[in-house]
Amino acid sequence: MLEFKNISMWFDGPKGKVTALDEVSFSISPGEFLAVRGPSGCGKTTLLLAAGGLLRPSAGQVSLDGQDPYVLSSEMRSRMRASMIGFVFQQFHLIPYLTVRQNIMAPSLALPTKEAVQRTQELVSNFGLDDRAGHVPAQLSTGQRQRTALARALLNKPKIILADEPTGNLDEDNADIVFDYLGNYVSDGGCVLLVTHDIRAAAHATKTLQMSQGRII
Amino acid sequence: MTIWRLVFSEILHRRMNFALGVLSVMVASASFIGSVTLLNIHDIRTNQILQDKQDELADRMVELTDVTRKAMLKLGFNVVILPKDQNLADWYADDYASKYMSEDYVHRLADSGIVTVRHFLPSLQQKIEWPEQKRKVILVGTRGEVPNLHKNPVKPMVQPVPPGTISLGHELHRSMNIKVGDKVTLMERQFTVHACHEERGNKDDITAWIYLAEAQELLDKKGLINAILALECLCTTDALPIIRKEIAAILPGTQVIERGSRALVRAEARNKVEQEARVAIEKEKLGRQNLRTVRERLASILTPVIVMACAVWIVLLGFTNVRARREEIGVLRTLGVSAKGILVMFLSRHVMVGVLGGALGFCAGVLAAVYFGAALEDTRIGITDMDLSLAGLLVLSVGGAAVLAVIAGWIPTLTAIRQDPAEVLREE
Ligand SMILES: Nc1ncnc2c1ncn2[C@@H]1O[C@H](COP(=O)(O)OP(=O)(O)OP(=O)(O)O)[C@@H](O)[C@H]1O
Ligand SMILES: [Mg+2]
Repeated sequence: MLEFKNISMWFDGPKGKVTALDEVSFSISPGEFLAVRGPSGCGKTTLLLAAGGLLRPSAGQVSLDGQDPYVLSSEMRSRMRASMIGFVFQQFHLIPYLTVRQNIMAPSLALPTKEAVQRTQELVSNFGLDDRAGHVPAQLSTGQRQRTALARALLNKPKIILADEPTGNLDEDNADIVFDYLGNYVSDGGCVLLVTHDIRAAAHATKTLQMSQGRII
Repeated sequence: MTIWRLVFSEILHRRMNFALGVLSVMVASASFIGSVTLLNIHDIRTNQILQDKQDELADRMVELTDVTRKAMLKLGFNVVILPKDQNLADWYADDYASKYMSEDYVHRLADSGIVTVRHFLPSLQQKIEWPEQKRKVILVGTRGEVPNLHKNPVKPMVQPVPPGTISLGHELHRSMNIKVGDKVTLMERQFTVHACHEERGNKDDITAWIYLAEAQELLDKKGLINAILALECLCTTDALPIIRKEIAAILPGTQVIERGSRALVRAEARNKVEQEARVAIEKEKLGRQNLRTVRERLASILTPVIVMACAVWIVLLGFTNVRARREEIGVLRTLGVSAKGILVMFLSRHVMVGVLGGALGFCAGVLAAVYFGAALEDTRIGITDMDLSLAGLLVLSVGGAAVLAVIAGWIPTLTAIRQDPAEVLREE
């Protein structure tokens, strides 16, 4: 599903070249839940953005469902993201003036479908947000916010979910809820790439990789 | 979920930014519409002022023309058409002609369509000794005016003397002690006195008027007359050369002289009044024109300055909006919304700012112009008095404002679509 071949990423910093990813290679198939663990600054977020077609690597090749997103036009890459990838972030990144229901439905802006309304209602119920569907993010608890973000990532039934520290801002109970949802999604045939420094993530993952200073160790 | 839903929700969420944008477009549009409307009010007022002056002048001219006409009537006919071979020295000395022309001439003149003279009166005059009274009188044969076929009939200046009657000058009826209805004998013919004229202080006082055909018989001048009297029209100041030329063309065997310079002086005075009034109107017109130029120049400087200031303000508001929505733009791009989608999102917001601001600016501009126009021009000119197409102006205002808002919003929008979502997502 997703394959990294010798991906390197470096930035031009004030003190010369900063290497964020160094010859990273791995792959995930449907039904896999890969957790990449490592300390802060080791390159986890960079890896995730490169996987999501949002950050062109300096070297190496990304393959998403057999296609290199970086050979596509920006327009086609957007379409690919809309139809194949779901994102979940530590900061939730909900749109502040849209209600829970509207936020979950937001991916239909990029990829309108007939069943979007019905699918949204399903997700609202599945994530226990029925009594919160008309509220805006500022009126929600952090757990509810992350559930909304997770529901949004699932709207277009993506083939892969890229999650960056999704439990970073949550208490244990809420973190377990999120891991459970991700686990269910994987057992339904999806695949997850989770980057985190949370040790508990290993318990839910089918495979765990350790990262340090831009390298898989 | 549609892009419109999102745009409206965002506007409601950041009402202040939107309202300030609308306000600034409104100010720009109001300043433009207001100055156009004010200039129109100026023009309407100018026309009103000039029309008033013209009406006043027309009234005055009617009055003066009437006065001149009355003066001319008092003086009587002021154009005399005489046979060409009449010696003018004799005519001035005797006050009647010794040469004759066909009575038919007067018909030719009346039928000719001439407009520079009117009231044609054929006359046969001769100084005679009234045998029965043993005194000199001027005998005038006349038969009333011959109407001009080509003009509306005018009230005749003199009443015709019916056949078998006689009208007498003051000196005659006074000395003979005669009144209307008495019978007198002239050259063995009896006449009934038809009128006794009041004293005129000229030769009319010793003149007797009888019917033309009877005079021709008494004086043995069948079918002949020796003068046609006419009245000059008031159409021009110096008409005599024109009249001479015209009459010479119609009646080659005649000459024309003019009497009564007093009436001419009045006519000239009247023309002078008219000329002065016209100069005054021209002056007023020029004054209004200069005022308009000043107002136009003011508007042409002030309006662009205001519009530019508003455009800058819209640019700043646009940047504020883009900055506030950095995270949102990044998320939407991550969700797969294309750069084009972001462009539509921001531009449609600017179009809404423009349309709303333009419509409000139109109302504010027109109302303000009417209000200030009333103060400037010292008179109320309503919206309905304007000869502007208000609908056209509204379309112009809304369209122009939308274009202004979109152009001003373009730069901030470009920064929005250029924004790299990866950068936003990395920010903690
Ligand atoms: N745009 C950039 N310019 C320069 N250096 C960058 C840039 N983006 C990332 N880096 C550097 O790349 C390295 C990896 O960053 P990254 O955000 O991927 O770390 P991370 O593992 O996600 O850390 P954390 O757990 O704190 O989120 C860091 O040293 C960072 O300073
Ligand atoms: Mg990170």
